[in-house]
Amino acid sequence: MEDQAGQRDYDLLVVGGGSGGLACAKEAAQLGRKVAVVDYVEPSPQGTRWGLGGTCVNVGCIPKKLMHQAALLGGLIQDAPNYGWEVAQPVPHDWRKMAEAVQNHVKSLNWGHRVQLQDRKVKYFNIKASFVDEHTVCGVAKGGKEILLSADHIIIATGGRPRYPTHIEGALEYGITSDDIFWLKESPGKTLVVGASYVALECAGFLTGIGLDTTIMMRSIPLRGFDQQMSSMVIEHMASHGTRFLRGCAPSRVRRLPDGQLQVTWEDSTTGKEDTGTFDTVLWAIGRVPDTRSLNLEKAGVDTSPDTQKILVDSREATSVPHIYAIGDVVEGRPELTPIAIMAGRLLVQRLFGGSSDLMDYDNVPTTVFTPLEYGCVGLSEEEAVARHGQEHVEVYHAHYKPLEFTVAGRDASQCYVKMVCLREPPQLVLGLHFLGPNAGEVTQGFALGIKCGASYAQVMRTVGIHPTCSEEVVKLRISKRSGLDPTVTGCCG
Amino acid sequence: LERSPPQSPGPGKAGDAPNRRSGHVRGARVLSPPGRRARLSSPGPSRSSEAREELRRHLVGLIERSRVVIFSKSYCPHSTRVKELFSSLGVECNVLELDQVDDGARVQEVLSEITNQKTVPNIFVNKVHVGGCDQTFQAYQSGLLQKLLQEDLAYDYDLIIIGGGSGGLSCAKEAAILGKKVMVLDFVVPSPQGTSWGLGGTCVNVGCIPKKLMHQAALLGQALCDSRKFGWEYNQQVRHNWETMTKAIQNHISSLNWGYRLSLREKAVAYVNSYGEFVEHHKIKATNKKGQETYYTAAQFVIATGERPRYLGIQGDKEYCITSDDLFSLPYCPGKTLVVGASYVALECAGFLAGFGLDVTVMVRSILLRGFDQEMAEKVGSYMEQHGVKFLRKFIPVMVQQLEKGSPGKLKVLAKSTEGTETIEGVYNTVLLAIGRDSCTRKIGLEKIGVKINEKSGKIPVNDVEQTNVPYVYAVGDILEDKPELTPVAIQSGKLLAQRLFGASLEKCDYINVPTTVFTPLEYGCCGLSEEKAIEVYKKENLEIYHTLFWPLEWTVAGRENNTCYAKIICNKFDHDRVIGFHILGPNAGEVTQGFAAAMKCGLTKQLLDDTIGIHPTCGEVFTTLEITKSSGLDITQKGCCG
Repeated sequence: MEDQAGQRDYDLLVVGGGSGGLACAKEAAQLGRKVAVVDYVEPSPQGTRWGLGGTCVNVGCIPKKLMHQAALLGGLIQDAPNYGWEVAQPVPHDWRKMAEAVQNHVKSLNWGHRVQLQDRKVKYFNIKASFVDEHTVCGVAKGGKEILLSADHIIIATGGRPRYPTHIEGALEYGITSDDIFWLKESPGKTLVVGASYVALECAGFLTGIGLDTTIMMRSIPLRGFDQQMSSMVIEHMASHGTRFLRGCAPSRVRRLPDGQLQVTWEDSTTGKEDTGTFDTVLWAIGRVPDTRSLNLEKAGVDTSPDTQKILVDSREATSVPHIYAIGDVVEGRPELTPIAIMAGRLLVQRLFGGSSDLMDYDNVPTTVFTPLEYGCVGLSEEEAVARHGQEHVEVYHAHYKPLEFTVAGRDASQCYVKMVCLREPPQLVLGLHFLGPNAGEVTQGFALGIKCGASYAQVMRTVGIHPTCSEEVVKLRISKRSGLDPTVTGCCG
Repeated sequence: LERSPPQSPGPGKAGDAPNRRSGHVRGARVLSPPGRRARLSSPGPSRSSEAREELRRHLVGLIERSRVVIFSKSYCPHSTRVKELFSSLGVECNVLELDQVDDGARVQEVLSEITNQKTVPNIFVNKVHVGGCDQTFQAYQSGLLQKLLQEDLAYDYDLIIIGGGSGGLSCAKEAAILGKKVMVLDFVVPSPQGTSWGLGGTCVNVGCIPKKLMHQAALLGQALCDSRKFGWEYNQQVRHNWETMTKAIQNHISSLNWGYRLSLREKAVAYVNSYGEFVEHHKIKATNKKGQETYYTAAQFVIATGERPRYLGIQGDKEYCITSDDLFSLPYCPGKTLVVGASYVALECAGFLAGFGLDVTVMVRSILLRGFDQEMAEKVGSYMEQHGVKFLRKFIPVMVQQLEKGSPGKLKVLAKSTEGTETIEGVYNTVLLAIGRDSCTRKIGLEKIGVKINEKSGKIPVNDVEQTNVPYVYAVGDILEDKPELTPVAIQSGKLLAQRLFGASLEKCDYINVPTTVFTPLEYGCCGLSEEKAIEVYKKENLEIYHTLFWPLEWTVAGRENNTCYAKIICNKFDHDRVIGFHILGPNAGEVTQGFAAAMKCGLTKQLLDDTIGIHPTCGEVFTTLEITKSSGLDITQKGCCG
């Protein structure tokens, strides 16, 4: 340590080695700064732990999308005979093989992140950090060894972890979360997923898709914050493809039966009755909490929200302490998305060390829910548009379409649907786009740019379609909800 | 009376609003609203003779399709008297107020050339030039005007469309929705191998639809391989059954054919399964399968006959080779196949045939995917080559011989080098020609009514409202000269044409930044300019090209190759780094490209790409994090994920 004459160890210390933290560290190193990253994965209550890279790489987007892909492939195997492939059905799925392949990929990414930090001369500490004062952090290594690190600027990017219910007997003992599911060595078997977040729906979706008996228990609405028409169609599609739903139900206890199965008791709020069921696995996906408790933020004077424990920042990502910043899922009021954390982190570092003044724009953030039928969206939900502009000033164009590939495969396309929420007054500025169908993420990305450019309905309609794709349905939206006309696209080619 | 000015002030005269609206006046039943001045000809620095010729066509078109046209000035009392006269007769008129359109002076000039009358009002009734105010009242008093008004030319139809493909059908349906009496003539001349099909044209029957479905079948073969890595268990070697697939695809196509019939019927469009050819002005002969001839007349016509595959003109080609017209309904698996050509049709067909496990060779005369970005084209080719497609470059076939009959039979192909005297021989089960397509414009009597075609290419030149040199004849789709040959383009231009002809629309089809996707095994999507074209137009030093290789997440676990998928954008440095070319090689390229094309319509720049949040993990997100310029020469190979 060269802590002499008030010199601090680092120009920048990043607490948390997830997507946002690593992006900050790499960007600062590229700008010639002396940077350290501290990262430590507190094992989950079930004992699951993982390597460098944070939620996205280890227990989020990456393994989730890969398992989603495994489930999609299951669907394609069923399609294949219709397209002439002589494959005997049904084809069984081996969880272990999939999990090992996914985990190996994740490990290679962990390794890649280590190498990247090394290449850029970023010092990496696998230690659990807490603040000592506003410029110093104390880290505890696995063996209990302590180390003090000081820096001029500190960025907190510790992210969040799944929340466990607090008053349900057996929840913590017997339940797992998304922190565990991707690292299970054995198939979870018959699974109860509790919650209606996107994590809940995505997990239940791929579990169903690989052939497991899967039930979702939700107390109220699915995908809170998302467009509710779309959300209910997502649920409808899942229900018609084998996922069971227990709606209006809340679990009250989990017990282990002598045979090892879990008995879950719940209350049905519509009937007021209690009911039970047995499962091999109970997965809690009821929300996430920020990882701020062990940071000793009060020692540094960093303010958090009393309700959410999330860190409060201004538009420059600065906390209540001017040289301490926070980005990513740990921050109050920000969309919890990997690319957001990365971009916010890079912009922050460019402001700190690169002479930039560009602020992060949190509007019109596109995202996609990787449920069996994917749901991509950008901009306002229909509800939000109506709330902001009034029903009279909002025009919604929509269509039920059938992906070409579904026809020969004999698939049901009842939930393939797209809607564009626009202002009613010309030039009918596009406020939001919602797309439910295959490859929704790929479809949505480009349109997100269009909406960012201030696209009008007319401009989108003037775009020539790419035939035959699903995304061309977006540029062919002619039927408004207000017209009451049937929005079903018939045939092909106009 | 108003005198026309002696000299045309030409475009860009003082006092013109800087952002004038383009387009011709909406059928001019209503006056142009103040402050929103319309133009009859396109703005810009077009050569004046061309612009003038275009304006003349517009005017003639307007006169041809109107019962009464009054060229008027809103403040002119004589004009007002004439308008009142027609209104008292209960006759609806097309009124064009020359003082309320930007190029009114030029209109007046052209009118004087046509009619020898320099003044307004200038009145036409059923295409007959009546004259000015006095002449009109004289004609009214003598009864001539009433006679002219009665003399409805009584065409059978308002619009006859020749060709029931994507463009023709969209035009027909739109015109019918606008209340017009419409007929569609569609007749599929069987291919030399005898293949024929139903209503809907190339796209539905022998193009996009069966192509994409066979591509999907091939992708499923890949998915089956991948699926083992994702934990799906089956041991048997999975074989592909051509007949099962083809039957399923043909069933789908039949349902589409039926759907088209139904939708024409619902909209009361007359559909005639006959071959249409012009015999005289406004009149066509329709010949059905039995050779029976019927004649129909119409006020206006749209030619939408499309194209058919070209043959080589060598010994044995029409006897033994097939084309994309035949492939999709081939009743037997084509077996070992030689694909001749390097068009997108050639590469797509070769790609899916190889995907079914067939032995496929592509014979290429010169370059792959002419007209597309050549760096991308080569990458498309090299991916195919790595996945089992053989390429024979710089060879052309000279003779095809049948060795054995059968389903499939055996053919011997003799080919010669394009560079030397070398010849090679090969034996194949099937030879598929995909060397280009020819417009179906030479046998439809166009010469009888004087519609000009490009003698060399057979294509029909049109102005920016899809009008041919004969004012009442329009054309849409693949037969247009210098326009993209794409279904959605034909649909859009057909629909907009009908809206301009019969509705109150001014909107023209915009052929700029049309996105497209080549459905090769690794799909290639693009919008805007190729790198070559961009350099030609803007000069290399004015461009910045950003690019990267990428590894789709789904490919990692599947064990598919890294550093194969590729993304590239071409920016104009001197226009805020505006994106003028967008290129992606990767899975779902079509789905990815569409939205970016919409963004390019809204003026996409590099900065906007950088400011947009990616959707993680997708392929599309690579465009939000492009950092490396081509000019830097930096390494673009990929490691890891997530920034």
